[in-house]
Amino acid sequence: MIAAFAFYLFATFTIVPALCVIFARNPVHSVLWLIVSFFNAAGLMLLMGAEFIAMLVVIVYVGAVAVLFLFVVMMLDIDFAQLRSGFTRNLPFGLIIAFVLLAEIVVAALGWEAGPTMSGRAIPAASQPNIVALGQLLYSRYLFPFELAGLILLVAMVGAIVLTHRKRGDLRTPNVSRQIARRPGDAIRNANPAVGEGVKL
Amino acid sequence: MIGLTHYLTVAAILFTIGVLGIFLNRRNVILMLMAIELILLAVNINLVAFSAYLGDLTGQVLAMFVLTVAAAEAAIGLAILVIFFRRRGSIAVDDVNRMRG
Repeated sequence: MIAAFAFYLFATFTIVPALCVIFARNPVHSVLWLIVSFFNAAGLMLLMGAEFIAMLVVIVYVGAVAVLFLFVVMMLDIDFAQLRSGFTRNLPFGLIIAFVLLAEIVVAALGWEAGPTMSGRAIPAASQPNIVALGQLLYSRYLFPFELAGLILLVAMVGAIVLTHRKRGDLRTPNVSRQIARRPGDAIRNANPAVGEGVKL
Repeated sequence: MIGLTHYLTVAAILFTIGVLGIFLNRRNVILMLMAIELILLAVNINLVAFSAYLGDLTGQVLAMFVLTVAAAEAAIGLAILVIFFRRRGSIAVDDVNRMRG
């Protein structure tokens, strides 16, 4: 009973904010609705017993991706009203596409026969904690894909830095290597020559 | 009794909302990226639901990889968006013709 209530609560608060994401006028509100949706999707995953993935969704999606979106939306000076100009024009066509897609998925899901292992069954009780089981799987059978995922993140990080890094011409930053390589002999000297004598260079 | 079908339905609705978001906000790249995040979230819910009801953890490992790729994609996409905005002063998809494609 309480599980069903929690499911409908989380499902509602996943889907309604997702609708608000795409219909909100202000992109900052969109990002905030996205955060609500992510939190409740994490709740759904908790209900299914996938604690590690749920926490990962909160940490990665809410903590990293949504904040990244928020930074970009807030820092770029964009005229969002002008970007919404095609919204009502695309609305009928988009709704038709969406309904067709949803109907297809629902027909496929209803027509799909679950095998005897899955039909009408509850979630099987886990023999050990989710994180322990996932860790054992990740560091034995899926070790290579796991390392590869780390490599993908590294490449993405380096790529993002390289893409957005720029040399600005209007800044006067000190040239450190030139400063260190400078010798006393090259320096300007304050000389006070006597009358009639030249300055020795 | 909440079964597998319930979770699949939620994921299907979320996926459809994501596709609708891409169709509606065809000029705004930021909202398109957010819609892609929604689609990936729906895929993750599907993977975790099947994994939980089958009692097989492989789906959750796969969901973790989807999460990794989603994070990398968001970072790279937003980086491209920032440099595009620096050059053009706009993020409208219609203006993206620099490569004459």
